[in-house]
This record gives sequence, structure tokens and C-alpha cells, in this order.
Amino acid sequence: MYKLIYFDNSATTKPYKEVLDSFMKVSENFFGNPSSLHSLGAASEKLLSKSRQQIADLLQVKESEVLFTSGGTEGNNLAVKGTALIHAKRGKHMITTAVEHPSVLEAFRQLSEEFDFDVTYLEVDSQGRISAKDLLRSLRSDTILVSVMHVNNEVGTLQPIQEIGNILSKYPKVIFHVDYVQGAGKVPLDIKKCKIDLLTISAHKFHGLKGSGVLYIRDGVHISPLFSGGSQEWKFRSGTENVAGIVAMAKALRMTMEMRDREISKMIKVRNQLKEGLNKIEGTVINSPEKDSAPHILNFSIPGLKSEVFVHALEEKNIFVSTTSACSSKRKTISSTVLAMFKDEARAESTVRISLSYHNTAAEAESVIAAAKEAIIKLREVMR
Amino acid sequence: MIYDHILIRYGEISTKGKNRKGFIDKLKSNIKRALQEFKSIRVEADRDRMYVLLNGEDHKAVASKLTGIFGIQNFSPAMKTERDIEAVKESALAYVSDLSGISTFKINTRRSDKNYPYNTDEVNHILGGHILQNIEGISVNVKNPDLTLRVEIRKEAVYLSGEIIPGAGGLPVGNSGKAVLMLSGGIDSPVAGYLSMKRGLDLECVHFHSPPFTSERSKQKVLDLCRKLAAVSGRITLHIVPFTDIQKLIQKQIPENYTMTSTRRLMLRVADRIRENQKALAIVTGESLGQVASQTLESMFAINEATNTPVLRPLITMDKIDIMKIATEIDTLEISNRPYEDCCTVFTPANPKTKPKREKVNFYESFVDFNELVEQAVNGVETVTIYPEQKIEEGDGLDLF
Repeated sequence: MYKLIYFDNSATTKPYKEVLDSFMKVSENFFGNPSSLHSLGAASEKLLSKSRQQIADLLQVKESEVLFTSGGTEGNNLAVKGTALIHAKRGKHMITTAVEHPSVLEAFRQLSEEFDFDVTYLEVDSQGRISAKDLLRSLRSDTILVSVMHVNNEVGTLQPIQEIGNILSKYPKVIFHVDYVQGAGKVPLDIKKCKIDLLTISAHKFHGLKGSGVLYIRDGVHISPLFSGGSQEWKFRSGTENVAGIVAMAKALRMTMEMRDREISKMIKVRNQLKEGLNKIEGTVINSPEKDSAPHILNFSIPGLKSEVFVHALEEKNIFVSTTSACSSKRKTISSTVLAMFKDEARAESTVRISLSYHNTAAEAESVIAAAKEAIIKLREVMR
Repeated sequence: MIYDHILIRYGEISTKGKNRKGFIDKLKSNIKRALQEFKSIRVEADRDRMYVLLNGEDHKAVASKLTGIFGIQNFSPAMKTERDIEAVKESALAYVSDLSGISTFKINTRRSDKNYPYNTDEVNHILGGHILQNIEGISVNVKNPDLTLRVEIRKEAVYLSGEIIPGAGGLPVGNSGKAVLMLSGGIDSPVAGYLSMKRGLDLECVHFHSPPFTSERSKQKVLDLCRKLAAVSGRITLHIVPFTDIQKLIQKQIPENYTMTSTRRLMLRVADRIRENQKALAIVTGESLGQVASQTLESMFAINEATNTPVLRPLITMDKIDIMKIATEIDTLEISNRPYEDCCTVFTPANPKTKPKREKVNFYESFVDFNELVEQAVNGVETVTIYPEQKIEEGDGLDLF
């Protein structure tokens, strides 16, 4: 049997052992409800406060700006719909990009289809990037929200967040939301310098557990809650806090950011090795941009081949990669980002995404390249 | 081009004649303490100005610390750049684009190096033109500009400054002596503490804890409030007084509508004993005239009998809404609003006397001896020191974080 090689870290990451350990200990020893008045409750609340402090320090924001959620989908929905609900009277125009994660795009679609919001979807160039000038041109007097992802989940393109933040700082009534789910722990982002109002992260993308995340809400920014109830999290998000998951997330973020300091150059090296190796194989094209791209995502196409078949072919060697983002891949294997970038269906239907963690090695990259070569040759014979 | 130093202008301090040196030394040590996390900086002071030499530290992070320090009128970051005119142009542009809310500007150049290839008018002109070309919607206004960009041409480099960031005003903490603050956990007392620090007082806090009537959480609340106050002064000493026995005796002995008056008198007595031990000269409270039954003039008259130490009441004439505004600014409002019973609320009678009489309260108190309990409370004080960045202690060394 082949050793397991996991290259689907943008879908989810394997939780660190230390993180699971914290989760178990907290679940076992601190099961009190943080809202309970007694000392068991107080002990849980203390852990919650400590987690908030640690995450705020790591993100370089204030503790009062860290709101705990159940993850990326909730964070994005809360940011988009929460802003829409509270500011609908001020205006009903919102701007996003054509290449956002479904949890952003579908939230916007629901708002425009069911609640008469007007949404502008900014197109991307062949690098997968929007232009800040387009954004400036799309702003209107009734614009209430701009939502732009930081790292594209399918190809890894970095959007010009700081430039957008600078533009929007002149429009204080426009809320600026950034989906930072893919970037957290991998690509540093100065939240204050980029003048971001709302920002989403999700624990299971940096070796934490599924079911925990953070929505950064800049002090002074208001949104409507989506969950009403016991007034937890300053009434922005009711529901008993997932203390064990939150403590685990605080630890995972610390460990991942420390890991980044030590291992980022290795990660870049492994990615470059993959890029060069895969590029050499006949019939492949690299979709991830050359410049301003995340260090952990590499997307390529094998035009003419169904990527799902390729993914299963690698799986036989115990190598795990993905076709497109996991959230869309169950529906159909066409990459909306790659389609938006190149307007080429054959290319968009045959995308493969390789996504790294700090633990992937050069030897693993070598195995992937060899397996890919073999699979492509074999599949070509069959599929022709 | 890098930010080289921050120039600090003193506030009221500059009017204090011979005491000036003491003020400056105090301010300097407060600034040094507030900036201790920045290892490379140096602080230099002269009679009129203070300079924080950044030596590569981030000027914005340093500036955000400076805005909270009392005794500073305002301050200006200065950028250092090479003398080459292209470099100066780029730096001037960077300096201006880094600021927000600037729609008019002017350039004010001074040359201490007269050999510089351009004269001051020429430099004004070149830099002004460059900024006008590259920043949309900005214009020149020589009479009343939002920003006067000062350009100083020296032999070794060119310095740019002009942004004026307002400081917190007031006097350096510690310059006016020491007092104890009676800190309940409510909205008012932290604000009273903050304002008295603004006038240069060094504070130690006194909190009354009555387990099991008040919980660990109400104690935690006070610790968190102290953390916020410590952000102003560098650290706060908190004295936690075990108050249960005194409160029990009051409940047993004093008629219900006078319990509140007696409680306050005894709190004042205990606080005064602690003040004496700590060699402080005043007691600070968060009282505001007429706000609650214990804060009517009659109540204050009856309560204040417990001591002749000066009782400072910085909030005495303030409306609740203005107090809350300051509480929001200093980030204590949310902590104060946590709904736990504290030493003031737990035994509140249904109908407290709003016009208590001294004779009556003395009469009621005369049947028992509180002296011994007061000494016991003072001796049982738990004293903790709280720092602004103090980390919350985690669960029993389980290595959770």
C-alpha cells in the first residue's frame, strides 16, 4: 500500500494532535456553559476570553473585534446578510467579485433574488484578479457593502485588498468585507492597514476543527445578527459558545502562524517543484497566476481530460488532490474561477487543484508528479 | 525614506516654572514605560520638546501608545529621507498619502544647509507640484491648510513632518501624588479613576468583596477594569477587602433604611485605613450628585463624617450620559455592564434613606463595635498588581493554548 499523500489542504486540513488534545481536555474538564453564573461557567468563560485574547493578538486586532462563529460559511453569510439587513434603508447596492466562494456568492444571490438587492459582480482578468479601478467605477451613492476574497480558493490569486481598502477609506459608509478563509495562517494580511471592516476566517483550514471560525468586526461597525437568542457574542451571534472548538482554534492559529515563520520557504519550494514538474507534462496548463499568488495553491488543467477521472486515478496511489473547490466539486466539475479567467470551457472542466500544508515534502511532490505523468498517459489512451 | 522620530509637545506642563524638570522626568519615564515593548527606541527630552527616536520601530504602533499618555499636548511623526530631490518627492508624496482627511496642504521648507541645489521656494514648488499631480482631489491652501508639510533640509538628510496628532492632555500620572480609588465594578468609579489619573494622580484601587453574596465573577470584573486603568498608568495595585462580616453585622444591627448609609460609612473607614497604610493623601470616588440615594448632599454629609481625609469626586457635577461617554472611550463600559451583583447592589434596601441624619446613624451604630471588624478587614486585604497586557491565566496548566 502506498503512503497517504494529502494535497487537498484548501478543502480542509488535518487537525494537529495538540489541537485535538486541547479539544478533548476542554470538553472533559470545562463543560460548563460560559453564560452560567456558577464557577464552572466562569471557568469556561475564562477560556473563551483567553482564546479571544490570543486570536486578537495573532490577528493584531482588539479583543472586542473578535466574534466567534461556526466557520467560514457562517462568517461570510453573517457579514453579507448582516450588513444588508441593517443598512437596507441606506441603500440596496452591493459589490462583489465573480470568483467568490459559494458562501458569499449564494448569499448575494439570495439577497438579489428574494430581497431586491442590486449586486454588481466584478469580472476578473486572466490572472483571476479584479481591478481596483473597476471597483471604483462601480461604487454608487447607495452602495453599502463591498465583499472581496483575499486568496482565491480555486487558483490562489491574491486580490488587491490594500488598494481596495485605501479606495474605500474615502467612502466611510461602504462596509468592506474580506473572505480571509484561505489566507489565514498562510498569507499575512494587515487588517488595520487594509482598513477592513469585516473579515472571515475558519479554523479547519489551519489545522483546527470543523465548526469554529471568527468574524472580525471592526469596532464601530454594526451588523444585524442572523441568529437571535441568548445574546452571546454581544448579541451579534446567539447560541452557546463552542468553547472546546474555540480553544482548539486559538491553539491551531498560533501553531500555524509559528509554523509559517519556519516553513514558508519550504512550502514555496515544494509548490515551485510541483509547478515545474507538472508544467513539463505534455498537455497540461498552469492556471494559477505567476505573480501575487498564494504559496499553497496550485491549479492546473489537462484540457480534454475529465478532471474527476484524474483525481480518482491519483487516489489509487493514495494521493489526494481535488478538482475544484470542495464546496462546488460535488455538483459539477467545472471551475467557475478558471472559466472566468480564461473563458475556455475545456480548460475549466479539466482543472486540478493541489493545495499544500507546511507538512508536505519535496518527496511527496515528486510522487505526485510521477503519478500525474503516468495517469495522464494512461487516461489519454483510454479516453481518445 | 523611513519614519525617523516623533516630536512630542508638552501640554500644561510648560507653564509650571521651577517644577518643570520634575514634570518632564515623570513624563519621560511614563513614556518609556508605555513604549517598553519597542526595544530599539530612545527617548530624549529637553525643556520644550521630547523626541522618540524610532530606530526602525513602527511609528504607527508607537503613536497609538502615545495617544493614551497624559501630559502630552500633541505629537508629530517625522520622516527621514535622502537629500536627492527625487527621493524627497517620493517621501513627501508617501507622507501625505499616508494620512486621511487631508484635502488642502502647503509646503514649508527650511534649509539649514544653504548649499542644497534648490532654494526654499523651489523646493516648495517642486514638492507641491508632485503632490498635486499624484493625489486626486487635493489642493493648495497657504492660509488655512489641513496639513502644513514641514521640510527641513540638513547636511545629513532631509526631514519631513507636519501631521499633528492630538495627545491626551492632562498631567503626567504620578506627578500629583497618590490617592486610593474606591472601585465597585459599576460604570462611574473607573471613569473617576481615569479622570483623576488625567490630573496626574497615582492610584491604588480598593474593592469590597463579600463572598458568597458577591461572586468570583464580580471580582473578575474588577480585575478586568483594573487592566483597562493600568493601560493608562502602566500598572494598578488593587486591594480586595473581605467585607462579608461587616455587611452581616450591618444587616443585623442597623434599621433597613439606614443600612446603605452605614455600609458606605464603613467602606470609607476601611478605605481610609488602607490609604493610611499606603501613604496616600486622598480618597477618590465615582459619586455624582443626586444620582442615587447615597449620593444626595444629605447622604454625603452623613457618610463623609467617617473621615476627614479629602474625598475627591471628579464626577460630582457630571450627567450619567457624559460619564458613559467617557466609559466608552476608555473601554470600560462593557465590562461595567456585566450583570453580576457587586458590593453596592447586593444589600440595597427597598427604600434607602435619601436624607439620612448624622445623629441617627451614629445612634444606630453606637450599639456595636465596628472597630475590630474594620481592622480585621484591613488585615485580610488581598493585594494584587495588575498590568495592562496581563494575559488571562489558563486552565490549570493543561497546555490548552
